[in-house]
Amino acid sequence: MQNQKCKGMQDLLPGDMLRFRRIEDVFRTCCRNWGYQEVRTPTLEYLYLFTATGTLTPSMLSKVYSFLDWDGWSGERVVLRPDGTIPVARLYIDNLSGQELARLFYVTNIFAFEGTGKENRERWQCGAEVFGGARFAPDVEVILLAREVIRRLGIRNVGLQLSHAGLVKALLKELKLSPGEEAKMTNRILEGNWQALTKAKSTNPEIDGLIATLLGLNGKSSSFLHNVKASFPKASQDFKSSLEDLISVTTLLDNLGCSYKIDIAAIHGFEYYTGVCFQFLADGKKIGGGGRYNNLVPLMNGEDIPACGFALYIDPIMKLFPLEKEEKGESRILVKGKELTPEIAKTCFTVAESLRDAGHQAELDFTGRKESNYRWVVLVSGKEPSPFMLTDCVQGRQRDAASMAEILKVVSEG
Amino acid sequence: MKDYQDGYIKLALPKGRFLSPTASLLAEIGLGFQDYNDKTKQYRLRSARFPGLSAKMLQEKDISIQVAVGNYDLGICGLDWIEEFLVKYPAGALVKMSSLNYGEGSVHVVASTQAGITSLNELSTGRSYRIVSEYPNLAEAFALNLRMRRFRIFPVWGAAEAYPPEDADLAVLWGKSGAHIATQGLIPLKRLLPVTAFLIANRESLENKDLSRILMCFSSKLTAEPQTSIENGLDISEELKGTRPLWQAKEINLALPDGHQQAPTSQFLKQAGLALQGYSEEVVSRRPSADLDWLGIKVIRPQDMPLQVANGNFDLAITGEDWLLEHLYRFPSSPVKKLFAFGFGTVKIVAAVSQEMPVSNIDELRSFVQRSPNLIGAPLKVASEYINIADKYLRDNHINPYKLIPTWGASEAFLPEDADMLIDNVQTGKTLKQHKLKIIDVLFRSWACLIANSDAIGASSQKREKMEFLTQKLRAGLS
Repeated sequence: MQNQKCKGMQDLLPGDMLRFRRIEDVFRTCCRNWGYQEVRTPTLEYLYLFTATGTLTPSMLSKVYSFLDWDGWSGERVVLRPDGTIPVARLYIDNLSGQELARLFYVTNIFAFEGTGKENRERWQCGAEVFGGARFAPDVEVILLAREVIRRLGIRNVGLQLSHAGLVKALLKELKLSPGEEAKMTNRILEGNWQALTKAKSTNPEIDGLIATLLGLNGKSSSFLHNVKASFPKASQDFKSSLEDLISVTTLLDNLGCSYKIDIAAIHGFEYYTGVCFQFLADGKKIGGGGRYNNLVPLMNGEDIPACGFALYIDPIMKLFPLEKEEKGESRILVKGKELTPEIAKTCFTVAESLRDAGHQAELDFTGRKESNYRWVVLVSGKEPSPFMLTDCVQGRQRDAASMAEILKVVSEG
Repeated sequence: MKDYQDGYIKLALPKGRFLSPTASLLAEIGLGFQDYNDKTKQYRLRSARFPGLSAKMLQEKDISIQVAVGNYDLGICGLDWIEEFLVKYPAGALVKMSSLNYGEGSVHVVASTQAGITSLNELSTGRSYRIVSEYPNLAEAFALNLRMRRFRIFPVWGAAEAYPPEDADLAVLWGKSGAHIATQGLIPLKRLLPVTAFLIANRESLENKDLSRILMCFSSKLTAEPQTSIENGLDISEELKGTRPLWQAKEINLALPDGHQQAPTSQFLKQAGLALQGYSEEVVSRRPSADLDWLGIKVIRPQDMPLQVANGNFDLAITGEDWLLEHLYRFPSSPVKKLFAFGFGTVKIVAAVSQEMPVSNIDELRSFVQRSPNLIGAPLKVASEYINIADKYLRDNHINPYKLIPTWGASEAFLPEDADMLIDNVQTGKTLKQHKLKIIDVLFRSWACLIANSDAIGASSQKREKMEFLTQKLRAGLS
């Protein structure tokens, strides 16, 4: 039988869904504990939300699923949501902009074409965004929230990398490229090609030294940034204020005992970041990231509201989990009909309903297949005086039962 | 599965602008095809020299797609149509082999001299720009790369130069030169790519099949030209001024058809007593004038009219019922409606298959597809220039599975090798017989008709009166 699944799409099987839900549950619980509220945005958005400079890069835009809707004769294209943050920013502007502070979270799928068909074209992520708030505190908040989710999921060996989009932009400005070249360089960097930055020698040796320092060294505390500040006193004002911003965040993280690595290259793919950016890596694989995007809301015709957020990528995180067996049949009960007659079937359905009403999981079976992974099996024979046989699958013991009440009593006592 | 053993090679050759230089080139390198000229009625050509080589004449637009899907191993067409395909499907199976050193003009981004747009830098503002083009993919890539914040692409079948400034802000179109573009009252803002003829190949054929004998013939012409990037060649010429008379907004805008429909439409208008300058059988002007000072007239492709009327660029248009239906199937809530049909321009929209296919109607075809999917190699491949009409027809008739091959007319060229069925318009059915095809169903008959935007009908009473006046005048021509 030929596989009929659409190229680049994935099925989530029962085992996958157990892992998926576990990630989602942990994420939801953490977000709620931090005071975040859940939202959900539609699958379709207008393309123009994503086309302006400072939203998605041209290379990302070339991979969106865009098309004309059934009433799209005006040529206005719609798109399958290619990103989680921009739609939530739109939702905030449309509905919640009166709120000085909005803490929102979501679990969503995003769509991006991928040429080989080996990677997913539909990917899932858990994200949280803070609109408003005082300076650097929300940056630290979202980093710690993301870290808490990762910790509670039990994922080990996770590294946190910090960068700053403002620093990168200030560095680019120092190279004094033409506007066209600067845009190209920005795109290359956002696509992960940091070599381009080292190759673009400036006329100023101090700037070359600064670039080499930032790309070559990985600071592990705010002290590193103080060293950078002291070593390059002639850096531009933009650079210095971005550096101060990063120092505020790292100092607070230091004081809260959160370890990290400063890696200027830890910024990838999005044009909308303006401030501190971060990503989480597990065994070298990126499992999440985020940052500050102060210009996005005003760019989308909202008020001048600063914002930051993050997303955790469910697909790679799922791969980090061991293949979980269906929860051991601690409470699962199988109600089995000895044969499929109207009377026995009726009894089976009634028994199962009573068990479910008493808070148990009760599954029906009339096939005679060999059962496994249940806590109890109730065999319904319908023969008086004991129409039921109850098997304790853990103890390996069997006993007859005369009534529903007796079954409930035994099952409830465990 | 393709048979790579028999060495059978298929080549797609262009009709139209590149036909004669391509024919000369092929003759020169010893690959001539006897019937490859613009008089021929043959689509299928055989090589005298290589018995295993066959060629087919296709529209250039179709060639890049046909080579990419593997119906042809090699093809020759203009770089514009290749890039139009590659910019959307970079990972596709189309390989550019070499420039053939002939070609003409370039694809430009242009604006009207009257639009006040003189440089690309002005386009990154928040307002929405309308871009009209026969190359919608190139136009979209251009807009995205320029980071235009908001834009709408209007794909058209032709006459893109007629749209700016009132019906589009920008056009992406082919032009011989900057000067040639300027004569149309347009300013070239950016040259996207020069249009030269290219030899292209299907990736899988190149990887698996011995094409060497044919490629060797070309080798004398295969030059390692630098790849032309669509980023290069910025030439903004602010000095160019159009010669077109100043455009003025009119109260009522009417679209008239070019092409086959022009002669009967022109005759009809004369009969209806509507005197026009610049719209007769001999004269082709994109902007004819009438003696009604409130009436603006433009000549565009009938295929493009329903969409243009829906967008309010025109209040009234004379097009075919077929194209109206095609539009309404795609956009069911469109405000375009038919006012009445004329007595000319009649065609039948038919479904046809090869005479060799043992079916005589659509029900037999359905069971044939279900019974013997291997015979035709399911899914059923259907070539049509009416993709929405074809799509609906196939769905309604439960043909399953099927695949649509969009064409730009002359769908009969695709059967039987590259498609199993066509849905297209016919006047007499003679062409179909010539190509050994038979009609298995008539979907509907279509006449030329007057269409209107129902929002415009409900507009101000002054405007309504004028529309009513014009409609009455045209209706009077019917009797």
